[in-house]
Amino acid sequence: MMKNLFSVIALVASSWAMAAGPAVHLDKAPIDLTDKASLQNGARLFQNYCLGCHQMQYQRYSRTFSDLDIPEEVGMENLMFTGEKVGDHITNNMSAKDGEKWFGATPPDLTNVARVRGPDWLYTYLRSFYADPSRPFGVNNEVFPLVGMPHVLQELQGMPYKAYETRLVDGESKEVYVGLSTDGSGELNAEEYDRAVADLVNYLEYVGEPTKLEARELGTKVMVFLLIFFVLAYLLKKEYWKDVH
Amino acid sequence: MFKNLMSWIEYRLPFMDKMNLHVMQYPAPKNFNFWYFFGSLAMLVLVNQILTGIWLTMNYVPSAEGAFASVEYIMRDVDYGWLLRYMHSTGASAFFVVVYLHMLRGMMYGSYQKPRELLWIFGMLIFLVLMAEAFMGYLLPWGQMSFWGAQVIIGIFGTIPFVGEDLTLWIRGDYVISGATLNRFFALHVIALPLVLVILVFLHIMALHEVGSNNPDGIDIKKDNDGSVVQTEADKKFTFHQYFTRGGKKIIVDAIPFHPYYTVKDLLGVAGFLLIFAWVIFFFPEGGGYFLEPPNFEPANALKTPAHIAPVWYFTPFYAILRAIPHPFMGAVAMFAAIVALALLPWLDRGRVRSIRYRSGLHTANLINFCISFVALGVLGVLPAEGIYTLLAQIFSFTYFGFFILLWFYSKNEKTKPLPVRLT
Repeated sequence: MMKNLFSVIALVASSWAMAAGPAVHLDKAPIDLTDKASLQNGARLFQNYCLGCHQMQYQRYSRTFSDLDIPEEVGMENLMFTGEKVGDHITNNMSAKDGEKWFGATPPDLTNVARVRGPDWLYTYLRSFYADPSRPFGVNNEVFPLVGMPHVLQELQGMPYKAYETRLVDGESKEVYVGLSTDGSGELNAEEYDRAVADLVNYLEYVGEPTKLEARELGTKVMVFLLIFFVLAYLLKKEYWKDVH
Repeated sequence: MFKNLMSWIEYRLPFMDKMNLHVMQYPAPKNFNFWYFFGSLAMLVLVNQILTGIWLTMNYVPSAEGAFASVEYIMRDVDYGWLLRYMHSTGASAFFVVVYLHMLRGMMYGSYQKPRELLWIFGMLIFLVLMAEAFMGYLLPWGQMSFWGAQVIIGIFGTIPFVGEDLTLWIRGDYVISGATLNRFFALHVIALPLVLVILVFLHIMALHEVGSNNPDGIDIKKDNDGSVVQTEADKKFTFHQYFTRGGKKIIVDAIPFHPYYTVKDLLGVAGFLLIFAWVIFFFPEGGGYFLEPPNFEPANALKTPAHIAPVWYFTPFYAILRAIPHPFMGAVAMFAAIVALALLPWLDRGRVRSIRYRSGLHTANLINFCISFVALGVLGVLPAEGIYTLLAQIFSFTYFGFFILLWFYSKNEKTKPLPVRLT
């Protein structure tokens, strides 16, 4: 009986682990929240390429600086462009209305984007733009078809094209889609570009939950305390229950 | 001096006497097992919710304009605000985990049977208020799932013929879910419902102590003092409050005082529970997207419907029943009936033997059927209602209600095993 009920509970637990799978295959984002250099590079990329349209209206500059070990003067010099104060939120001056007019939809706030989409989605999305002359900005995206966003990292990646190869399929030679490949006009090679995107995603993941590392550290201490507490509680119970047994 | 003060108080308010009655000299069966941890754990989680809730309220802004930003403010700028919020959000799910297990315990050992019907009813009322409390609390972060989840659930009331539309208007306080809805849900969530909850918990415990705790054997530990059962040496070791012996008309066997024996045992349960609870809070606060759903990190947007709306996991078994019925109002009726059926268990079960240990194999199989149906419905409630899932939800809704119907039929003349006189 107990066994059956436990297996029922186990079934509940395993059902929690189930989630609706995405339609496209997502690459695992190689990110590490303890890698400060990666996070700093991610912050730099965000300030230079994303902030023009996307805000982080719940994150303060000062929080980013202190969590990423960026000295305030260095941060203000290199990452703040329009005379904000260091305690200000990371915002831009584009109105939501203009955003909608220019891109078809207001560019979403990115503070929590890693928690909404997940890092793997972001990592794959930013590496899935390809040239498509039918779109207003000349690019489309494999992960987010018909997205209104231009390929802002084109200067880094170059312009990716859908690459086809002629292969023999069932005795016929056919054009087979083999993936995206860039025209090589970017500042970075493919490997460097992947690394840059990973840094940016790492930063977005950090901003989504700036307390994550703190939680892990405190959580470990709490777990150790609770384990000791559990042992003491067990011994206490055993001592008292000597009267009963 | 202190003694004088104590007796001065005791004369005017018999505090020590009540403590003895309910704690130090309350006779609890000595054979409580693992399943008996969940009552005290539910109280622990209730305290957790109230305390963290008070501190969250200090920085939360109950308005459509300010709610989402204030939650982010709590997460980022309030000292340990993230911890308070995760304790509260994880606590909501933990509350349902322990309450569902607590209810299952009652079903396994027949704790709802005579004379504990009223105790069970109070428990069901707690469950009902808890669901309302959780539902209203989920609107407060004002995220996408808060908004659209509320839309779906308030919509259920809209299916009621004639009065439905007016009823939803009355609940929302507006033609759409808006700041007006948020404000009234906030008021109900932080004051009205917790107050009702605490009062119901008090009544639940008072009703429990009046009839006494059931146990895994499902037999009484208070026997008629007519010489048919005699106390052993072990029984005489402990003193119980004279209230429980009904002036010598009853003798108490196989019992131990609640304090210190079950207080220290529950402390062990608390330690075990907190290990799991803290592990989720610190390392997996989203609970795999089931405790905090990813779309809820996006502010509520009335113009953008999420691709897939699923209520939080603890509502999904009932939500699956709702969707299994093709007719909206009949679906709502079936969902409500699923809860009412549980409340009616003391009368649907016509058996006299309480514990699963001494009931028929058919009853065990039926209870397993109930567990499987409930869990399966929970899983189906998360999945989109299409194709095979709808059919499965219909099948499991049928087996869910089948549990109660079967129980009513076989319990009258069930073939049970002989009951022991003393706890095993």
